[in-house]
This record gives sequence, structure tokens and C-alpha cells, in this order.
Amino acid sequence: MPSKPFSIALAGNPNSGKTTIFNNLTGTRQKVGNWPGVTVAKKEGKIRHRGLDLVITDLPGTYSLTPFSIEEIVARNFILDEHPDVVIDIIDSSNLERSLYLATQLRELDCKVLFALNMTDLARSRGIKIDTDKLSELLAVPVVATVGNKNEGMDRLLEAAVGLAESETDTARRRRVKYSKDIEAAISELQQDLVRECAETVPYNPRWTAIKLLEDDKVVKERCVSVAADRGRALFEKTDHLRRRIMDLYADEPEIVMTDERYGFIAGIIREVQTNATYRRVDISRNIDLVLTNRFVGFPIFLFFIWAMFQSTFSVGEYPMQWIESGVGLVSTAIDALLPQSLLKDLVIDGIVAGVGSVIVFLPNIVILFFFIALFEDTGYMSRCAFLMDRIMHLIGLHGKSFIPMLMGFGCNVPAIMAARTLESEKDRILTILITPFMSCSARLPVYIVLAGTFFAGHAGSVIFAIYLLGIVMSILTGRLFRSTLLRGADAPFVMELPPYRVPMLKSLMIHMWDRSKMFLKKMGGVILVGSVVVWTLSAFPRTVSYDTDYAAAKREAITAFNARIEAAAPDHRQRLEALKDESLAELERRQRFEKAEKSYMGMIGKTIAPVFAPLGIDWRASVALLTGFVAKEIVVSTMGVLYAVGDQNEGDVLQQALQESGMTPLSAFALMTFVLLYVPCLATVTTIRQETGSNGWMLFSVVYSTGLAWLAAFVIYQGGRLLGLG
Amino acid sequence: MTAGSGSVPDDAMKLSETREGQRARILRIGGNGALRRRLLEMGLLKGTDVVVEKYAPLKDPMELIVKGYHVSLRVEEAAQITVDPLE
Repeated sequence: MPSKPFSIALAGNPNSGKTTIFNNLTGTRQKVGNWPGVTVAKKEGKIRHRGLDLVITDLPGTYSLTPFSIEEIVARNFILDEHPDVVIDIIDSSNLERSLYLATQLRELDCKVLFALNMTDLARSRGIKIDTDKLSELLAVPVVATVGNKNEGMDRLLEAAVGLAESETDTARRRRVKYSKDIEAAISELQQDLVRECAETVPYNPRWTAIKLLEDDKVVKERCVSVAADRGRALFEKTDHLRRRIMDLYADEPEIVMTDERYGFIAGIIREVQTNATYRRVDISRNIDLVLTNRFVGFPIFLFFIWAMFQSTFSVGEYPMQWIESGVGLVSTAIDALLPQSLLKDLVIDGIVAGVGSVIVFLPNIVILFFFIALFEDTGYMSRCAFLMDRIMHLIGLHGKSFIPMLMGFGCNVPAIMAARTLESEKDRILTILITPFMSCSARLPVYIVLAGTFFAGHAGSVIFAIYLLGIVMSILTGRLFRSTLLRGADAPFVMELPPYRVPMLKSLMIHMWDRSKMFLKKMGGVILVGSVVVWTLSAFPRTVSYDTDYAAAKREAITAFNARIEAAAPDHRQRLEALKDESLAELERRQRFEKAEKSYMGMIGKTIAPVFAPLGIDWRASVALLTGFVAKEIVVSTMGVLYAVGDQNEGDVLQQALQESGMTPLSAFALMTFVLLYVPCLATVTTIRQETGSNGWMLFSVVYSTGLAWLAAFVIYQGGRLLGLG
Repeated sequence: MTAGSGSVPDDAMKLSETREGQRARILRIGGNGALRRRLLEMGLLKGTDVVVEKYAPLKDPMELIVKGYHVSLRVEEAAQITVDPLE
């Protein structure tokens, strides 16, 4: 018995139900569907089965193992380099022919393969009958029938996987795809050369390596170059020679001929194992599509769904937001009562609770938005969105699939940028990543709400809508600009499966929502907490400020003066004078706090950079708010709260009043909103861009480009507006 | 799996020129490597029968039924595929 846990990898086509089986087996969080970022990240689950430790890895869903997309490379490299004990190939029974294409490729690798014949119920209902024993016998592979979404066959699957892992099966002796005579000749010729020249250095099965070289597989070629060094040259000359020979014989590229022959081999198997009933069942999925992608009603329905998603996210989300706000208020009151007056108390209430509280209110939005996105993904509607939108996205030089990241960008740019992974072409991916930050994320919304609510009270909604629209327009312009300059070239083929509609599983929706919320909370707990504390520190220090006015003396004077007047006044006037006294004391207090804010480190920074923002109609306080917004855009609001309203408990109304008194005009507020929309995305997004493009260069480019564009757009709006006499 | 072009029927047309509901047999797949490769992997091979299920509301992309499943591709991609209309 091995002490090391067995490693089991799950492979399969997108929409084969692989993720559902993974969830069933491990209970680990994952979502279903072939959309954004689904399984590109390697997902693992550790379980115990009959006293054995198993590590189950969910590989990305792929149709093939050519290095056509990141997913395929990830899946293949895992099998090649990590040597899992067993690879379970999840096969969509209702799509046996296409599923077997991946299966034949898996079998060409040196690994123990097990087939899970999934969705057998669906296949049966479509009148497809598969002879499981015959399939197992023909391919010399154990086959287990499963119904993933009903949790059927999972025990048998694990049993079979463990059995296979423990067995001494000779993987080399199984029946493989036999290619036609000339190709087999080329393979064995190259294989012999490989064994002779660099058997010890090329880490993979020589027959497989020979096939891949003949197919001009870039990844394998590079690997051979790196290990074979000088001896590689002869090998590649031989490969080229053999490739030319095949091309002459078949008038086609070897990879095409070989794909054709694999399908020929599969067709033979299908003939022996599959029988189709002659009757054609009413196809529910097809009927749904008659409506949902209908020429006339398809778009209206699509727009309705998107509208419903946004309405629910922002209107329904309003109620829990209010509860959270009151909750945060209670916490800060409680702390106020519990702690003695100290610097620590200020830090906790004004720095931590206020900062985190201003962010946690967005949790309901995130939960609802991702509920809808998961719903779209799990039902299969997401690919219909791409189907409907591709024409439009293609105009910007993008793929229909880019619509999804951009749509998700309205929720939060971080998962949105991660969602760009599903784009196969690197250029499409980078372009999508660069323009997604212009989709106004939900964190920017509170900034608009405060500004539009203050300066465009009657039609705040329309103004916010205009800002969102501006973001979309900027992304289109940027897309077209980059597509014709930086990222010129053909976009990837739009060959996309439209999977049958499925009833979503509640568990999967919950897992998905929980995942996203957890991500958001983690971001909040870490990055934003630190950000809030930094902002608080910068605005609370230096603790002692030398004021222009001696406020203490001024207050004493005011008190003395008023007291004297109160003494002298008639009794019925005294009350009015008392009120006046309080008012003027409050005014002095406000001016003192304002001066303190002005002379804090934050104020100094703001005044230093103010000249850059002056042409945009943005004053030093808003400049500071923008700076702090780099940590997370929602912080812009809390910074403005500190700098304008100078920290009163009842923040909302006081901030609005303070903003109006600060000399900001509707025009400069609009310029400020434009700047917030377009300028450098938040820290977390920038980090994600770095991670997803794998390059500091693109990250820097994105930061510089977006901030430059923001400045320019705000400048045009503010100065243009003033020329038109709007300021 | 025969070599060369073979005989092309007189009514051969581009897949992009087919109408909704049309059944057709694939005669030839052109285009660049990535597209051809992808089409082949998804099971669109010479000799495969396809049904044109529909065009998207904006007339692009189009939806096909191939080997019992639904796949969409752009009209400009479909223009690389030569088909023989059936019935």
C-alpha cells in the first residue's frame, strides 16, 4: 500500500458535467458551465475513501489536448508532468462521438484512464443506447455509468478509480488509434530517432512525442528544443521532411489528416457501441432556443434579463444595505461607549469601523449579482448571450465571449478580469483585460450616488446612467484603437458549443455565490482594511497642528462676549442668544477641524498634487480622495467624508451639504465622476491584471493609459463645459 | 479520408450561403490553421452532415447542429467551409 495519497484527475469536455461530479466527489467549491474562469484554476479536493487518501484534481474542460488554448495546455501539462495515478475522463453520453476525441488523445498519453459515462439519463431520453461493456472492451478502458446531477454512480466511480490506480495495468499495451500506413511509417521513423538520439532527455512517451512533433505541436517542440540541444537539429530536420512527405501524399497538413483519422477510428467504435432509436424526441432545449435566440424576441428578452439583473442587484440590494448600515452604526456606537477617549478609539471608530463599514454595505450587491451570473452560467444562457452579442462585440474587434467579462465588470473588475481567461487568443484576452476596467464596477457607484445625489438631485439616475454609458463608449473606442494598433491581428475562431439548457442545481448556485462573496470579503478584510487605516493615519496626523487662529482663545472670547450680552439682555431674549452662542461655537469648532484636515499629511499631499487636478475643476480635497481611491474606489466616499464634512456622525446629509458649500459645481462634479470612472482601477484589480497578463508591462500600461484617459476626458468635459457656459 | 479535392458537385456552396433549416454535407474546410483545427476537433469534418439551425438575430453568428450537438460559428468562418446541400 502506498503511503502517498492517490492522485486522481478529472478530464472532460466543457459541459460534460465534470464540475458537478467534482462537487459530488469532494464537496469542494466549484461552479458548473463553460464560462468565465470556471476551471482554469486548478481545483483540488482531498477526500478519504475506504481508508485511502485521494487527491482529486479538476482539470479545465477541453475538447482536445492540442495547445490551442491555455485550458488545454494546463490540462495536458498536468497529466504529463504531475503523473496522476488515474485520469477519469468524464464523457457526455449524449455526445459520445465528440467526447471520444478527447478520450483518444488521453489514451495516447502514458496514463491510466477511466471513463465515466456521464448523463446516461439524458442520452437515454434522446434515444441513444450505449453498450458500456463493448466500449470498455474495445478501448481496454474501465467504464462506469454515472448521472452527475443526480449523484448516481459516484461510489462505483471512486471504487473503479482506486482499483485502477492499484492495478498493474500496462498502459502501453492498450489498443491505440492506428493511423494509416504512411502516417504510421512516419511515426515509427521519428520514434526510432527520438529513442536513439534523446531517449533519456525527452520525458514523454516516444510514440506520443513523435505524433506531436508531426502535428507541429509548439509546446512539445519547445520542450524538445530545450532538452535535446544540438541533437535536436537533426530531429527537427527529420520532422520537417516527414511533414512535407505527408503533405505531398494527402494534400493536407499532417495534423488535419491525423485528426481526420482519429475521428475515423472513433466512427468505427461508435458503430459498434451506440444505437440510436429512430424516433426523434421533442427537444426541449431546442424549443427554448426558438424563443431565447429568436430573431425578433431574442434581443428584447436578453435586454430584459440584463435589466432584471441590474434592478435586482441595485434595488432589491438596497434593503439589506440599509440593515448593514444600521449594524455598522450600532457597532461604532457600542465601541464609543466602551472605550475611553484615546488615539486607539479614534483609530478603531474612524479608521477601521468606518472604512470597513463603507465597503461591507456592497456585499448584498455582490451576492445578488453573482447569483444571476451563476444562474446564467449554470442554465447555459451565458453562451446564448455570447451568441447574441458576438456581432456587436466583433465590431469592437472582440469575441462574443468578451461580453461576459465586460458584463461582470459592472459588478467587480477582479472576477471580470479573471473571466477573460476563457478567451483563447492571447490578443483577445489582453484587449478584454485592458478595457474591462472601464466597465463601472459597483464600488464606483457610491461615489456617483453621493456626487450625483448632491449636484443633480432631480435626475441623479440619468446622470449615473450617462457615466456608465461613457465607460462603455470609452471601452469601445479603446478596443478599436488597440485592435488596429497594439494588438493587431485576427481574432480567435468563434467556434463555441451551445450546450443544452439545464435546470440549475441550487447547491451549485450557492457554492458559486458563497465563493464570490468570500472573495469580496477577503479583499475587504485585507486590502481595504489596510487602506482605511493608512488613510486615517494620514488624516489624523500630525496630532498637534499649529493653527492660524487660536481657536481655544476665540472660543473663550466668544463665550465671554455672549455671556455678557446674555447678562445684559432682557429675559425673553436670553434663549435666542443662547442658541446664537452655540451656533458660533459650533462654527469655530468646524473651522478648527477643517484647518486640522487641511494641515494633516493628507491635506499636504492633496495641496501638492492639486495643480494637476485644477484644470479638471477638482479641488485639493477631491484630489486626496482620488489618491486614496487607488486602494479601492469605494474609499473615495469615506475620504470625502473626512475631508469635507470633517467627521460628523450623520455622514450622508452632512457630506452633501458640505460638498455644496465647498464650491464644487455640477460641472466639476461631473468631471470628478468621469475621473473616478476611468482612472487607474483599484489595487486589487491592478494586481489581477498583473496576474492574468503575466506581465508588469501590461499592468503598467493599463495604469498609465487609464489614468491618462481619465485626465483627458475630465479635462475635455470641464473645460468644454466652461466654454459652453455650463460651469 | 480520400486525398486531394475529388469531384466537387455542381451545387456546392459556402456554408455561409445556406439558409436556415438547410441540411448539408461538408466537402472541404479551408481557412487558417487555428480555425481548421478547431473545427475538426469539434467534429466538423469532411463528409459530416450539418443542419443550419439558425442565424443569430443580427445575422451573425450562425448555429449548426453537428453530430447531435449545437455549435455556433461566425459567418466569415462558415464562408471557409464548402458544403453540398442535401435534399
